[in-house]
Amino acid sequence: MIIRKFLKHLNILAQSRESGVSIWQYPQFLFLVMGIMTIVSILTAYVIGIRYVAEPEVVVLIVLILSAILLVITFTITQSFERLIEANRMKSEFVSIVSHQLRSPLSNLKWALELLMSGRLGKIEAQQLEYFGILKDSSARMRELVRDLLIVSRIEQGKLPLQTVEVSLPLLVKDLILEFTPLAEASNVVIKFEPDNSLPNVLADPSKVKLVVENFLDNAIRYIKGNGEVGIKLSREDNFLHFQIRDNGVGIPKEDQKYIFKKFFRSSNVLKRQTQGTGLGLYIAKSIIERSKGKIWFKSEEDKGTTLHFILPIK
Amino acid sequence: MEKILFIEDESALQKTLGEILRQEGYEIISALDGEIGLKLANAKKPDLILLDLILPKIHGFEVLKKLKENAETKAIPVLVLTNLEDVKDIEKVLELGATTYLVKENYSLEEVLEKIKKTLNQ
Repeated sequence: MIIRKFLKHLNILAQSRESGVSIWQYPQFLFLVMGIMTIVSILTAYVIGIRYVAEPEVVVLIVLILSAILLVITFTITQSFERLIEANRMKSEFVSIVSHQLRSPLSNLKWALELLMSGRLGKIEAQQLEYFGILKDSSARMRELVRDLLIVSRIEQGKLPLQTVEVSLPLLVKDLILEFTPLAEASNVVIKFEPDNSLPNVLADPSKVKLVVENFLDNAIRYIKGNGEVGIKLSREDNFLHFQIRDNGVGIPKEDQKYIFKKFFRSSNVLKRQTQGTGLGLYIAKSIIERSKGKIWFKSEEDKGTTLHFILPIK
Repeated sequence: MEKILFIEDESALQKTLGEILRQEGYEIISALDGEIGLKLANAKKPDLILLDLILPKIHGFEVLKKLKENAETKAIPVLVLTNLEDVKDIEKVLELGATTYLVKENYSLEEVLEKIKKTLNQ
């Protein structure tokens, strides 16, 4: 009874149930058992040692048995850790397989919709077009999610391919701003950027850096309330190029700031405003920038706005 | 009429891309696996081949290799159309002699059509 209460207090039973392993495979519980066993063994050895001072062989035998029990428990603990590692690997693999399998039907959906909307199969009425638009946007969102999940599973398996070539950041940013202009205009946001083409190229994977900047721009525009301004600056700092993007959006609450680069984390004030988004973007951005020998950080104040920074090595 | 051989196991894609190509006036020959694809490439001598990589029976890499080894099909431009996007896969495909590598995800139907037209006009 006391043990049960104690376990309940530690919440081990509930936790083991939540992670889907039996209590005898749960490392925390096994450690607890081992701790108790160690104390009991030492006490027993002590008591027996005093009682059978005249017969040392009995003492040795009992100590031996107790050690053997401890050994078995330790072995079980190692095994349970192995199982956890295996489960984690399988989870990554599972995500990877599922996302791969989702890509084909999603491409089919995209192309079939494009064909329908192009009017090549017959004229589309304005009202129908509106609903096709909904299908198109929703399938695009699904594709983005699948893409992000695939990148995350690759990062976790250490298999994210990074090509290192020379990239012109000013050009890349300029192109992306063009892509984002419709969204910015629809959200009443002005994007300010003065490209300086004399800046040196950075060494990185262009498609991956594009993903990072895309994500920053998307966040900046999305989390501005009402009219707003997004400013992008590029400058050289020793052997690095420094990118910063500032918005006057909702900002990140202080208590959330330490979690911002964690996988699937979404800030409470963002969740209040809109439910779209996966909380994968900044995790991916951090992995990409750090694996490209750069650094990433931010400064933010709630209700004032956020500035995200990264640096990448130049050629 | 220019002939395009489309080797792709997804019948939905065969339909959509096939439809748009037929509308543009091309003759489409469909193959749903690598083996039939190779046979049809030899028999029909298409002007262009669209090739998926993950195919039943014979993998796209192997199909591409065989096409380029055969003197009769060697000169036919091959456009690889796939969802694999690892740098290694792209390098391998281009090394084997494919003309272009297109990741389905990143291209719209009209953009794929443009690429096909451009390749055929070269």
